[in-house]
Amino acid sequence: MSTRLIYFAWVRERIGKPQEDVELPAGIETVADLLRWLKSRGEEYEHALQYPDVIRVAINQEHVEHREKISGAREIALFPPMTGG
Amino acid sequence: MPGAVVPTVRIQAEDFDVAAEIARMTQGRADIGAVVTFSGLCRDEAGRLAALELEHYPGMAEAEIGRIATEAVHRWPLQGLTAIHRHGRIAPGENIVLVVAASAHRQAAFEAANFLMDYLKSRAPFWKKEHHTDGSQGGWVDAKEADDEAASRWKQAVPKRN
Repeated sequence: MSTRLIYFAWVRERIGKPQEDVELPAGIETVADLLRWLKSRGEEYEHALQYPDVIRVAINQEHVEHREKISGAREIALFPPMTGG
Repeated sequence: MPGAVVPTVRIQAEDFDVAAEIARMTQGRADIGAVVTFSGLCRDEAGRLAALELEHYPGMAEAEIGRIATEAVHRWPLQGLTAIHRHGRIAPGENIVLVVAASAHRQAAFEAANFLMDYLKSRAPFWKKEHHTDGSQGGWVDAKEADDEAASRWKQAVPKRN
């Protein structure tokens, strides 16, 4: 099953695309695992995810912590801390 | 709480009319004693800022503000609650965000509007990018720790979510 990854603000700019569909390799169980795997995919990912602790994540459009399991996620979004309002 | 109102949440590129939003909430009823509105506007930062560009996460922006607003109507006895957030390019002096809260007495309306704004700033998926008057791109606005702290002060005595 492929998972849709969506990026916003400087995460999107640094990775260089607004979204992509990926096949997650076995062993990627949590958000933290996903960030670690993505970071290893190339220079642009390394640049975007250099400080994984600051990256906010939403699964199926709801905020989650990095320890959250990602099984069954259709849509995972990665973005910087929010600055609306 | 029986009869908690259903909040109105809109995410839109176009401007909003504060008076029209108040009228929409109060018209045809006589039980509302207090209406509090908060408008957030784009500042020019002493002439440095040409515009803000607001990026948002379509779908989640509505859902997240809806979740915060639903918590507010369960926490305070409100007779109406509206939240409108704009996206896209916004020039100094223009509106960015509106909250309208109505209740029988002022305290609930003040507190609910304040709560909604505090949570919206730290949880609604919007990001501001600055464009400068000298033509340079100012980059993404940094999140303020003070905004997270403002939201966390409401955590005491927050009723458990169902």
